[in-house]
Amino acid sequence: MSQKTINWYKYAAPANFYVLAGKMIPWFTAITIILFAVGLYMGFFLAPRWGGDQKESYHIIFIHVPAAWMGMFLYVLMAIYAGIGWAFNARLASMMATAISTTGAIFTFISLVTGSLWGRPAWGVWWVWDARMTSTLILLFLYIGFISLQSSIDDPRRADRAGAVLALVGLINVPIIYFSVKWWNSLHQGATITAKGYQMVPSQLAAMLILLAACWMYSIAVVLARVRYIIREREREAPWLAEAAA
Amino acid sequence: MGGYGLYVWGSYGVTLILLGGEVIMLLKRKRDLSRRATSPQLETRNPKLETL
Repeated sequence: MSQKTINWYKYAAPANFYVLAGKMIPWFTAITIILFAVGLYMGFFLAPRWGGDQKESYHIIFIHVPAAWMGMFLYVLMAIYAGIGWAFNARLASMMATAISTTGAIFTFISLVTGSLWGRPAWGVWWVWDARMTSTLILLFLYIGFISLQSSIDDPRRADRAGAVLALVGLINVPIIYFSVKWWNSLHQGATITAKGYQMVPSQLAAMLILLAACWMYSIAVVLARVRYIIREREREAPWLAEAAA
Repeated sequence: MGGYGLYVWGSYGVTLILLGGEVIMLLKRKRDLSRRATSPQLETRNPKLETL
C-alpha cells in the first residue's frame, strides 16, 4: 500500500511557500471573521457581568488579555524565526520574522492602550511605572527597535542578521513580563489563568479564548499576506515570480 | 456600559482602527506592488519598503 507523504521541507523555499500562503490566506481570513463575531457576541451578550468591583469596564478584558498574550507570543515566534534564519541561513525564516514584527508591535500597543483605558476606571490612573506595564512598554520598544534596525540597513541579509541578534537578546523580556506580577509588588492584577485554575466564569473564559483564537487567525492571515509581499520585493528578479504572477 | 462607555468603546475602537489600519496598509502595499510589476519603470529597488 502506497502512502502519500507531504514533503514539508519544500515549503522552506520562498517560491513554494508563496503559492501555499496565497491559498491559505482566504481560509484564515474567513475563520478570523467568524471567531471575532462569535467571541464578541459571547463576551457582550452571553457572559454574565463581573462579580467584583470592575462593573462594565471589565468588558475590556476580552480584547486586552488576548492582545497582551499575542504581543508576547508573536515576539517569541519572531525571535525563533529570526534565530533559525540566522543560524541556518534560511531566507524564508528571516522574512517571516520581519513579517511578524509589525503585527506583534500593533498587538503590544493595543495591550498598552486598552490597559491604560482599563486602568483609569479601575485604579484611578492612566499609567503607573509598575513592573508589568514597564516591561510591556519595553517589549514595544524592542519591536520598534527590530523594525527600525532592519529598515536602516540596505542589504536585506545583513538586516536579517542584525535583527536576529536584537530579537534573541530581547527574548529575556518575555518571561519578565509574564512573571512580573509575581516577582514584584504590582498594581496590575495577577494572572487570570494559571495551572491551578482561572478567576473567571466559564462563559467569560470561553469568550476570551475565542477572541484569542481570533487574534491568532488574524495574525496568521496578515503575516502570510505580508511575507508574500516581502518575497515579491526580495525575489523580484527571480524567474519563478513572473510565472507565479502569470 | 454604566458610565464606562468611553473606556470600553475606546478600547474596542482603538483595536478596530489599528487592526483595520494594518489591513488597509497591506492592501495598499499589494496595489503598489502590482502597479510596479506592470510598470517596471516605477521600480524603486528600495529594500526599506519591507518593514510595513
